[in-house]
Amino acid sequence: MMADANKAIDRAAPQPAQGRDWSGALGNTPAPATATGATGATGAAGAAGAADDDHDLLRTDLYTKGKTVHNKRIDGPFRRFKWLVMVVTLAIYYITPWIRWDRGTFAPDQAVLIDLAHRRFYMFDIEIWPHEFYFVAGMLIMAGIGLFIITSAVGRAWCGYACPQTVWTDLFQHIDRFFDGDRNARARLDKAPWTASKIARRGAKWAVYLTISFWTGGAWIMYFADAPTLTYDFWRGDAAPIAYATVAILTGTTFWLGGFMREQVCIYMCPWPRIQTAMLDEKSLIVTYKDWRGEQRGSVKKAAKNPDQFGDCIDCLQCVAVCPTGIDIREGQQIGCITCGLCIDACDRVMKEVGRPRGLIDYATLEQCKAEAVGAPATPAWKALLRPRIFIYFGVWGAIGAGLLFALGTRTHTDLTVSADRNPPFMLMKDGSVRNAYTLRLRNMETRPRDMEVALTGLPRGAVIWTDTVDLENAAPVQVINVPANETKLVRAYVMLPPGVAADSFSFRLTSLDEQREQDVAETTFAMPEDE
Amino acid sequence: MMSDQHKRIDAPTGTETVGHEWDGIEELNTPLPRWWLYTFYACIAFAAVYVVLYPAWPLIDRATAGTLGWSSRGELAKEMSAADAARQGTFAKIAATNIEALPASPELMQAAVAGGAAAFKVNCVQCHGAGAAGYQEFGYPNLNDNDWIWGGTLTDIEYTLTNGIRWEGADATRVNYMPAFEGVLDTGQVNAVAAHVLSLSGKAKGDAAGATLFAENCAACHGPAGAGQPAVGAPALNDAIWLYGGSQAAVTKQILGPRHGVMPAWQGRLDPVTIKMLAAYVHSRGGGQQAAPAATPANPAPTPAASDVAATTKAEDDG
Repeated sequence: MMADANKAIDRAAPQPAQGRDWSGALGNTPAPATATGATGATGAAGAAGAADDDHDLLRTDLYTKGKTVHNKRIDGPFRRFKWLVMVVTLAIYYITPWIRWDRGTFAPDQAVLIDLAHRRFYMFDIEIWPHEFYFVAGMLIMAGIGLFIITSAVGRAWCGYACPQTVWTDLFQHIDRFFDGDRNARARLDKAPWTASKIARRGAKWAVYLTISFWTGGAWIMYFADAPTLTYDFWRGDAAPIAYATVAILTGTTFWLGGFMREQVCIYMCPWPRIQTAMLDEKSLIVTYKDWRGEQRGSVKKAAKNPDQFGDCIDCLQCVAVCPTGIDIREGQQIGCITCGLCIDACDRVMKEVGRPRGLIDYATLEQCKAEAVGAPATPAWKALLRPRIFIYFGVWGAIGAGLLFALGTRTHTDLTVSADRNPPFMLMKDGSVRNAYTLRLRNMETRPRDMEVALTGLPRGAVIWTDTVDLENAAPVQVINVPANETKLVRAYVMLPPGVAADSFSFRLTSLDEQREQDVAETTFAMPEDE
Repeated sequence: MMSDQHKRIDAPTGTETVGHEWDGIEELNTPLPRWWLYTFYACIAFAAVYVVLYPAWPLIDRATAGTLGWSSRGELAKEMSAADAARQGTFAKIAATNIEALPASPELMQAAVAGGAAAFKVNCVQCHGAGAAGYQEFGYPNLNDNDWIWGGTLTDIEYTLTNGIRWEGADATRVNYMPAFEGVLDTGQVNAVAAHVLSLSGKAKGDAAGATLFAENCAACHGPAGAGQPAVGAPALNDAIWLYGGSQAAVTKQILGPRHGVMPAWQGRLDPVTIKMLAAYVHSRGGGQQAAPAATPANPAPTPAASDVAATTKAEDDG
């Protein structure tokens, strides 16, 4: 590698003092991506210039026709990794709602379920109640910081491999290839007139698009209700209207965004690439073309004739052909690059064929590129991971995760909240006793009904409690209340002090009468008449 | 003036300029994809259709109605009637259940209490207060305690609600009158009676003269020990709860010139189910009494007795 670098200096002659020289990449003509539009406009404008220059702006192309990207089939380590991620993510998405999880008779047996109707979120052994939404918020924060870690560590890897838009676009591009053939055949068919055979092909392809889109929407709703029941109801026409509407909307968006918009979503719609440009720096791993090694571009023949004048890039355009977003990586970093690495696969294959070292296009940091350009040895890509920023992000991410796990592990499944009646604050009874009323909320987070004991602590002797379902005759210092499984039971409780004794503050103590014997204590006050 | 001469390819970006130039600043032409434009047109088309179908243009005192006839007020009315319809089943069940049998089915009782609480806020809080604690200075009784002038079983409360108290518009209204002792007893006698009354609940020392006067004038209705008679609406005097206050002055004032509270009869104004739910709510405020096992016929006996006593009292009073 050292030798390569030195050779590169000899022939590429970069000018580090004045910044990097892009003239080779740009040439004297506009870059290929904009060449058609630009030259077309120049030509039209040139013709119009002589006749009339008032309506000049009207002739400027302010809008461009979308160009379908027909990416060429490629195989290589990154392509295989992309396959793997696609299979895993799609499997997770489609299979997860069908995993069963036994929670007994009183809770759903679906492993992952967002039960909006009953305000519960089930995820395997974890059940989240609305008052514990901070767990969900914490997970969302972790997901956000997770994206920061990924971006600092491996650049836009999310965009390149795991983003749903990428996964579904990739899937649909494989379908294109299955029906219409590879890159050239697809481009030809696009231009071909609408013959019966083209209509049939397009119809079949779009039908498959639609089927996949439908299953995408169909799988989504399974997360919000019992999957087998919902499937049965859905096909019988008995499911909730919102289920049909959701499926319809997601079918439409998948069909449109995955089948037709594709890279336009990444380039024009998605905010994430913009945010990432703010998070990438010269130390971030990106997919990059090592121009110092590749320039000047020239065919193998030319290079053979004039050794030392040409770089390693033979200008075969394979990197452009395989790109799912249709960009030319040799133009440098750009928003259209989702760093999927397919151009690396393509270039490595060509380099192997022409007998040159791999990695002309490779994962590297801009800092490494700069160093390599002036002769430093190539650094393994993994070294880019060892930077403080990643450790800091990881530390924050891990701390939040550990905090959530700790909170999850130590939470009790029994909870009591008490609110004292304020109007009237106290009630005098016939015999001169003083009664206060309280609203108790007994929360049973176990998926089985439980008996819970409500006791009074800190009140003088003779204090009794009864409830809206236990009569005054059965008032006692302690009441046992059955709380249904997975519910918060609202109990109106009355606490009475006999005449002549006074109290100020006291507590309700809730104890679950099972082997767990979980406890919760809620403090409150006892109001008394002022005089007498 | 823009002209073609100004158009050129910008070298660092490889992009054509649009031909504008202001003091050396030029604008690059980075064309938007055409679908962006179509999306904009689609939005305009959507807006045009929306304006026709839905309320849109503000006029002086309203907005254009829209051909679909949709309105948020109409939506509310629809939801309200849907909620009403959803409640009908419970209403029918409550209507079909004898009020003393309500507590036996906790769900129905809970629904009745909730419905009663809502009706209470609309119809009852004006006198009895939002917390149902009443107002002593006006003699609006507290409904939270366990002292019931006319009885505190569900049946009693429902009867009071249905027929009212001293309500002229209802034939079966609960009615009684306590005679005014102004001019009948002199000041000393009144003070003695008041002292005796207060002594019944231990608030004052006993008064022998007062006890005699009480036995002669008051025990017929209030009972020899002042325990009261819910059947005739005679309040208990031996407890801690006083409708018009429990001070010597308040009791004296009541003996001299009794005040008589009036409660409207709600039959005809509220439907029987609402009245039943109100009774359940009032009963649930913490002092409700259980019906005596034997006394569970549909309507309680006190009415004739009460009227009789009232008539008697009235006659005595008039006489």
